[in-house]
Amino acid sequence: MIEKTRTPRAWLLILPMLVLVSFSAIVPLMTVVNYSVQDILGPSTKVYVGFEWFRKVLRDPDLHAAFLRQLVFSAAVLAIEVPLGLGISLIMPRRGWAISAALVVLALPLLIPWNVVGTIWQIFGRPDIGMGGAALVKLGLHYNYTLDRVDAWLTVLVMDVWHWTPLIALLCYSGLRAIPPAYYQAAAIDGASTWSVFRYIQLPKLGNVLAIAVLLRFMDSFMIYTEPFVLTGGGPGNSTTFLSQYLTTLAVGQFDLGPAAAFSLIYFVFILFFCYVFYTVMNRVGRG
Amino acid sequence: MAEIVVRAVSHSYQLARGGRERTGRGAPPGWALRDVELRWRDGGAYALLGPSGCGKTTLLGIISGLIRPTRGSVLYGGRDVTDASSRDRNIAQVFQFPVVYDTMTVRQNLAFPLRNRGLAAAEIDRRVGRIAEALELTELLPLRATGLSADQKQILALGRGLVRDDVAAILFDEPLTVIDPHRKWLLRRKLKEIHRQFHHTLIYVTHDQTEALTFADEVVVMQAGQVLQQGTPEQLFLQPAHTYVGYFIGSPGMNVLPCAIEPAGGNGGGAPRARIGDHAIALPPAVDRALTGGGFELGIRPEHIAVRGDAAGLPLVVTTVADHGRFRIVSARLDDLPVKLRLGPAAADEADPPAVGQILRVAFPPGRICLYRDGRIVAPAAAGREGAA
Repeated sequence: MIEKTRTPRAWLLILPMLVLVSFSAIVPLMTVVNYSVQDILGPSTKVYVGFEWFRKVLRDPDLHAAFLRQLVFSAAVLAIEVPLGLGISLIMPRRGWAISAALVVLALPLLIPWNVVGTIWQIFGRPDIGMGGAALVKLGLHYNYTLDRVDAWLTVLVMDVWHWTPLIALLCYSGLRAIPPAYYQAAAIDGASTWSVFRYIQLPKLGNVLAIAVLLRFMDSFMIYTEPFVLTGGGPGNSTTFLSQYLTTLAVGQFDLGPAAAFSLIYFVFILFFCYVFYTVMNRVGRG
Repeated sequence: MAEIVVRAVSHSYQLARGGRERTGRGAPPGWALRDVELRWRDGGAYALLGPSGCGKTTLLGIISGLIRPTRGSVLYGGRDVTDASSRDRNIAQVFQFPVVYDTMTVRQNLAFPLRNRGLAAAEIDRRVGRIAEALELTELLPLRATGLSADQKQILALGRGLVRDDVAAILFDEPLTVIDPHRKWLLRRKLKEIHRQFHHTLIYVTHDQTEALTFADEVVVMQAGQVLQQGTPEQLFLQPAHTYVGYFIGSPGMNVLPCAIEPAGGNGGGAPRARIGDHAIALPPAVDRALTGGGFELGIRPEHIAVRGDAAGLPLVVTTVADHGRFRIVSARLDDLPVKLRLGPAAADEADPPAVGQILRVAFPPGRICLYRDGRIVAPAAAGREGAA
């Protein structure tokens, strides 16, 4: 039997981790909380304002628009990338050298630094010299992502699909590989069709992997910043200004630290809340 | 349902069907199976028994249609199915770990093979109901399959085979591996019941001799890709065709002692004798007179060695005694050769359990002795021959 003893020395042992987490998370977060309830006019003059900044930020019509844009963008990202990634993983090769080739090709977009991704698409989409943009123009379409809101929006979306669908495909592929061959043999013996194999074996076995994939893609797309910043800078107008872009303009551009801090906290709580709800729902569905 | 014949099957994972061994260049292909010949009658319960890596799972794959053998053919009821898929062979299989469709209910699982074959809903309901009753799954029918215990899942997997009442055979690939020990016994009994009730041909792969011997009418013992013996559990026990079978079946395995054979006495009387060192052991008179000289092996089961009170028996020096409750395993030495005995508890003729270092006087009953040369049997035990007849 193991005897449990109470000793204050236990606290000593968790102290290093506590210090580390304090510096990496708790202190910065509390600084933001600190900013969010004060109006800082200068290094030595600050006024406590309570929830004033929260009220102001929540009533800001620009923020409402950015929030709506963000939701639509994240929804579109999930709606396109999850089925597409799953589909790619299903048709990926299962043996021989083709596996390595497919994996390398898929991993390429993931290995490129994010700002470079933005630059690649900035050039690729240019209607005068970019391969993609010029091709569309040649086809007779009036494409110009620097002028047209819809074009800009679609370009950011396609860029994200290009960049991140491979992640979902790789996750699903590893999930598929983990299904024991006995399941496929049993399905063959039971006379199951390809659709039945997908519906009753592959999809249920991929449940957990897909939940992770959706969570990752939601969080990342909801916080998307670098690529559209490089590609469009949030324009034309505000058409591709997503939440973090808005936040950066507020905090760094206009130096409104109070409202920016208040908004950061709202942003943070929202993502936390969404992930919690989503994870719980996915778990329920998984267990039936 | 049909008789299953495996004809001259050899398989190498390095060679495709019909592939030839290249001479001279490269490493020779490893043969997972060599020249396997088997004939299984319709409705029998068979076990494939052997250690890990002996080729039994490969053989099962060839019978089920997952693997196409490099050479040879498989016949179901006279029809050559060597190139037919699992589905066309109309077999069912229960795998090492339970394969069920997690998102379906138990009822949907059982109905799945029938729905895929396009049966009418009423007929599906009837058959599912009947099989669920036979397998005692009726109460579980509306539940999700994912919540079942491992042994219930295995039964459900079996049920998916049983609902198709035209299956040619049901194959089991070590199906009790993940089942709790006390459940294994129940599941084995259920399998026997199902066999009696439905008369399907059952083929059961295992490395556990208890499972094989209790389940099957006939057991096929394999080693290193070859079939060493096919026979009833009794035959395997009394007349192992190979010293390996004697060693593998039984607990502990058969004693195999190198010996020389002396012909029967020159003046027409007496029986041939086996000589181990300075000791002479009487053999049954029926042993072929042509068998003389060195290079033989004498096989005797630990259960069959008789302890004698007198001083005339073979002197065994006891090295260890292991008490198993119902019986004792005595390890001893005859000169330098290890010999094991299995003694009942407190035998009537033996007041005290044998002590380490004690000399036991024993006899090898001639009717229980098997003789081997190069591992293969040359003279099976006479008592076994009568017992099997």
